[in-house]
Amino acid sequence: MQNLTFKMGGIHPDDKKISARSKVEILPLPEKVYVSMAQHLGAPANPVVAVGDQVKVGQVIAEPAGFISAYVHSPVSGTVKSIGPRADLAGNMVKHIEIEVSGDEWMEDIDRSTTLITKIPQDNAFILDRIKKCGVVGLGGATFPTHVKLAPPPGKKADCLILNGAECEPYLTSDNRIMIERSSEIIVGAAIMSRVLDNCPVVIAIEENKSEAIMIMSSALNSLAKTMPECGRIAIRVLKKKYPQGGEKQLIDAVMGRQVKSGGLPIDAGAVVQNVATSLAVYEAVQKNRPLITNVLTVTGDCLTVQHNYQFRIGVPLSFITEYAGGVPNEAAKIISGGPMMGKAIANLDATTVKGSSSILYLTREQTERRQETACIRCGRCASACPMGLEPYLLYKLSKVGDNAALEENAVQDCIECGCCLYSCPAGVPLLDLIRPAKGNVLRIIKSRK
Amino acid sequence: MQKMLVSPSPHIHTDLTTRRLMLDVIIALLPATAVAVLFYGWSELLVLSVSVISCVLLEWAITKFLLKRPSTVSDLSAALTGLLLGLNLPSITPWWVVLIGAVVAIGVAKMSFGGLGQNVFNPALVARVFLLISFPVFMTTWASLDMHNAWTIGVDAVTGPTALTLFKENHGAVKDVLMQTGSAGEISDLALLIGFAYLLIRRVIKPWITLSIWATVLIFSGILYLAAPGTYMTPVAALLSGGIMLGSIFMATDYVTSPMTTRGGIIFGVGIGLLTIIIRNWGSYPEGVSFAILIMNAFVPLINKLCKSRKFGRA
Repeated sequence: MQNLTFKMGGIHPDDKKISARSKVEILPLPEKVYVSMAQHLGAPANPVVAVGDQVKVGQVIAEPAGFISAYVHSPVSGTVKSIGPRADLAGNMVKHIEIEVSGDEWMEDIDRSTTLITKIPQDNAFILDRIKKCGVVGLGGATFPTHVKLAPPPGKKADCLILNGAECEPYLTSDNRIMIERSSEIIVGAAIMSRVLDNCPVVIAIEENKSEAIMIMSSALNSLAKTMPECGRIAIRVLKKKYPQGGEKQLIDAVMGRQVKSGGLPIDAGAVVQNVATSLAVYEAVQKNRPLITNVLTVTGDCLTVQHNYQFRIGVPLSFITEYAGGVPNEAAKIISGGPMMGKAIANLDATTVKGSSSILYLTREQTERRQETACIRCGRCASACPMGLEPYLLYKLSKVGDNAALEENAVQDCIECGCCLYSCPAGVPLLDLIRPAKGNVLRIIKSRK
Repeated sequence: MQKMLVSPSPHIHTDLTTRRLMLDVIIALLPATAVAVLFYGWSELLVLSVSVISCVLLEWAITKFLLKRPSTVSDLSAALTGLLLGLNLPSITPWWVVLIGAVVAIGVAKMSFGGLGQNVFNPALVARVFLLISFPVFMTTWASLDMHNAWTIGVDAVTGPTALTLFKENHGAVKDVLMQTGSAGEISDLALLIGFAYLLIRRVIKPWITLSIWATVLIFSGILYLAAPGTYMTPVAALLSGGIMLGSIFMATDYVTSPMTTRGGIIFGVGIGLLTIIIRNWGSYPEGVSFAILIMNAFVPLINKLCKSRKFGRA
């Protein structure tokens, strides 16, 4: 079978998976954690503990503040020291709960054993409630609450659940590692989600550069299939290596050959996309009653001597991780949370990890410094690279003059901010830097009309 | 911790630069340049040197003294324009005519529009057409292909007509279009095709504009040939003679003055092909590629407006 890919645009940056062979290590406990109330898409959670309270690992410390919101659990045991605003990765002030760590005492109802449980609960409401109560959110980047995504609105039906193992961002290897080390749990998680979605078929989509993960996931699926009839609905498909393959719309196009309509949701095209790490979190929530309090992140960079993948407690300060990994390399000029294409440059290492943290990436000045902008030569590379079929050179010009009507006409609101345009410009034109805020303006205008 | 850079994503970018792209086009022109120098000798070297050097110096001087902006000559676009201009001229063009061409190309067609990326018309072609109209004798007198004479100092070149002129004047048979008398860059289609292959392999250009010009020329001149075989050239001769190869590979594919989308590029190419054959057969000049490209350059903004890219999820 030919490897799949999306049809429009895309780029081929060096994938730099230099940490792909580093086994997941368990990060030790820090003295303090700071748990953000805004680590999911939607309304920030409301704290339900007070300063001075004793908390255990896995105890609910904040409750959802709306339909699209999520529970937050204590990742450690100890004492709540403070509740208040603190700078997040990007420097925005967000409410955090500070917990001083003492011991490692877990809630008794959490199954901490490593026994694989393949028997899936029959009650969909029970499954969705577990996922919700365990604070599971999408770990592919958007951190959208998973129980909401798994409950399509009335009249909409999922024809396919796509498990996103593309990990198309260069450098990132946490998904690769969990597919190698936790393959069976991920597959059972997929089977659970398929059940909730009326037993829809599942495609686990993995890019071709992760051959070890493809092999191990395939053999895990084969051996599970002997005892789990649900596995008959699950298939593994190999994707070509192309960025942004892991983008939801691109992945649906690659796997199902369907285009999500502009302004529409994946479910409109009959698709639900969940990250492999989310599937693991679903498994732990439903089968083990274990809330989302840990995740795996990659610490990597060409200027870093030893590459790492860590399982961390959510809320651990970034500085604790960078120190444990040997300190910030001298050559590092930029530290990024996430991948080099869509990640955020970190202004502040005192910020803490959140549910969706996927990496700490060091880039040298030479690797990351923007080139001086020279004249656009109208070569059209930005338009060829755009996976949404937009004309970035035109949107850039329109953004400069703030022509919102023309921007909307030229579909700036469809931009997924993947960065392919800016990446591929030979003249160093900062296309996305201007298109991104212009898109924000146009989206606000569209919203105000409704 | 040392001070870290903070900027929006993406945090990495391609190694490809404008300079590298221009250099690739120059490299692609080297086979044609080598053939021209080999067959036309010292006079060709003089034309090319004057053209390249004056184009680069002019752009440098205009940015420094007139515009008072940082110099842009390091992007190599002026050098490329100079090379293309030189290859578009007969080898025996006097140096001062070449210089006037450089002033028109860089001063008028490029810098007065705002420099690289802003010009509507291909600078080298504007200069070629300007010189053709202003100095018709110099611009239509070509040296015969004679390597011995070309490299002997003091011997005047023997001049000869191009295949197209011959055909226009007496409907003679075309003997050999693969090696033909003409402007320096037009004498060897093979050398130009090697350059085309290089541009495609290096992904500097996409093939659609060039191929649609070729297809149009073949079909249109094929229809004419079938209608009146004695009056019109065979389609293959029409394609391989004159400036179609140089124009379709190196001039019509100029990023700045060609459409952005593939569909637009095909319309652009078909227009050039049609206009070329029309001008050749019914115009007053034996060759029409330069005019055809310039006319279609003027339509590029319109083509861009009509041929938008197909957008995801908006079928």
